Amino acid sequence: MKNFDLAAGNGLINRRHMLSLGMASFGSVVVSKSLAAQTPDIPAWSKSPGPGASEYGAPSRFTDDIKRLASASNPITPGTGASRTPLHLLQGTITPNSLHFERHHSGVPDIDPAEHRLIIHGMVRQPLVFSYEDLLAYPQTSHTYFLECSGNSGASTGANAVDTSAATLHGLLSCAQWTGVMLSTLLDEAGIGPDASWVMATGADAASLGRSIPLYKALNDVFIALYQNGEPIRPEQGYPMRMFVPGWEGNVSVKWLTQIKLTDGPANFKDETSRYTELLTNGKALQFTFPMGVKSLITSPSGQMSLQRQGLHEVTGLAWSGHGGIRRVEVSADGGMTWTDAHLDQNPANLALVRFRIPWQWSGGPAILQSRATDATGNVQPTREAVLALYSSANRYHFNGIQRWAVSVQGEVKNVYA
Amino acid sequence: MFMPKLSILSVTALVLTSLILMGCGTASMNDTGQIMLGQPISEANLQGWDLIVEPDGRGLPSGSGTAAQGQLVYEEQCAACHGQQGEGGPSVPILVGGSTTSTPPNLTVGSYWPFASTVFDYVRRAMPPTAPKSLSNAEVYQVVAYVLNMNGIVTRDFVLDKNSFAQVQMPNHDGFIDRSQVQ
Ligand code: HEC
Repeated sequence: MKNFDLAAGNGLINRRHMLSLGMASFGSVVVSKSLAAQTPDIPAWSKSPGPGASEYGAPSRFTDDIKRLASASNPITPGTGASRTPLHLLQGTITPNSLHFERHHSGVPDIDPAEHRLIIHGMVRQPLVFSYEDLLAYPQTSHTYFLECSGNSGASTGANAVDTSAATLHGLLSCAQWTGVMLSTLLDEAGIGPDASWVMATGADAASLGRSIPLYKALNDVFIALYQNGEPIRPEQGYPMRMFVPGWEGNVSVKWLTQIKLTDGPANFKDETSRYTELLTNGKALQFTFPMGVKSLITSPSGQMSLQRQGLHEVTGLAWSGHGGIRRVEVSADGGMTWTDAHLDQNPANLALVRFRIPWQWSGGPAILQSRATDATGNVQPTREAVLALYSSANRYHFNGIQRWAVSVQGEVKNVYA
Repeated sequence: MFMPKLSILSVTALVLTSLILMGCGTASMNDTGQIMLGQPISEANLQGWDLIVEPDGRGLPSGSGTAAQGQLVYEEQCAACHGQQGEGGPSVPILVGGSTTSTPPNLTVGSYWPFASTVFDYVRRAMPPTAPKSLSNAEVYQVVAYVLNMNGIVTRDFVLDKNSFAQVQMPNHDGFIDRSQVQ
């Protein structure tokens, strides 16, 4: 192999080669012989017309393995549970609507938008009721934001590293372009009372899930999302409307939003006391830890994949932070002894997923791949050990530690802790 | 300035005239040209719909109940899942006892929840999960009193209502560190 500008140990190549030369310039991508050996046949689909246009498109039947990973739901409470985005099978940063992760606390309600109401009341000058149609008429604003469940990656707090995929471990994470009406617009219309300092929001699902957020956030960037990647938001995401709270733990972005009540302190709902609080070793617990910590993850190669050949591979993954933009992502191939900066895709938006990439020359020896993100505020993604040291061993929330993938000499990729 | 919602199609001449007099272009805008479509509703109309109970008891409905009365509700409506003694079941949380410092910790209404209001709020909106919002307010008071009584927080005859609620002291009331203002 020639002309390699090695940037860190065990085969990591300077990211600038991706930009200026492209992967093929290295000449080390082995072209499969069966493709090159003979004159290719003209395939059958080039010899007869295919079916015509359709009303609502579906993916190729050859990609039907790209599915959400749904966990078996509790037979006692059938609608309660989660499904995960197959992060390792997707590229770019936008999660297709059918693959956005789900977390339901009493199933997905089948809401007729004509009968749905959003009521704003409590410490306001004038309580107001809005229909879905009303909200569609307001000025809309679009933003690309990630959404992450605060229980995402909870399995990584366990004593043993589970041999599983990136999606199973970290798939309670998605990113979409959301469009809707700023909450501040509607609060202005109702008139914010002088004593109001918190917003309590509840959904119209059977659990009537409720969360409280401080008014400062509600007035900053919170909006009522009506569209997801251009189409009305999906029932699983809160159709006809959800509150969207950028950068904060997913559970506060209340789905099927029906009530906004202004008050002077948090409601202390069950999902902000019994759940979604972080127990410390001294028995106390952190409450209202809202922003999701700076985090990154290599999605390829990742758990349960296998490298089919030695030579050049693109190491790629996702980075995000609830505190703002991503400034850099470093990658290591030697278990964290040496690191180098990965290339970040162009103009990443604040509070959105960022795609990173770096070329890597796999020599066929053992490797441990890992990534470490730094956000615009200067927060650096901590190691797993550093995160665990902050909390009781029972805590499963807000885990943002570094994920390590071990590559064996056979090319098998496995989740490892050390 | 607040202005009620009017359907653009059904604007009457009278309203239209008054809006023109006020200098507004359409029925749905305020005087600075913003769309305003919210229709006024009174707080009184939201009683029975607004289920939020705040830590100081704001939002509690009228009615009352004791643990003695609540035992029956609990046995009929809750015990099949949460156990006769609130000991929990497969994938169903324990409601009684526990500790935040044991190994492993055991977080329950008794050992963890900072406010009794949360028990009322949650049970009324979400329990039993197969038929949420099916209990009467009296039944919610009764069964909440029973869950608190199983945890030794109120006596069997304590009458739980809107006024007595403030007397209920949860053991882990001071167990939380508020991070809401940390950005
Ligand atoms: C069909 C089984 C079932 C029945 C019946 C049931 N529950 Fe539950 N309960 C659950 C499950 C499951 C959860 C956990 C729900 C969740 O976290 O989303 C729960 C949660 C709770 C919690 C919160 C516990 C915690 O620590 O977070 C309380 C309190 C509660 N139930 C009280 C009651 C009461 C009171 C009744 C009777 C009126 C009742 N439940 C009936 C299954 C049941």
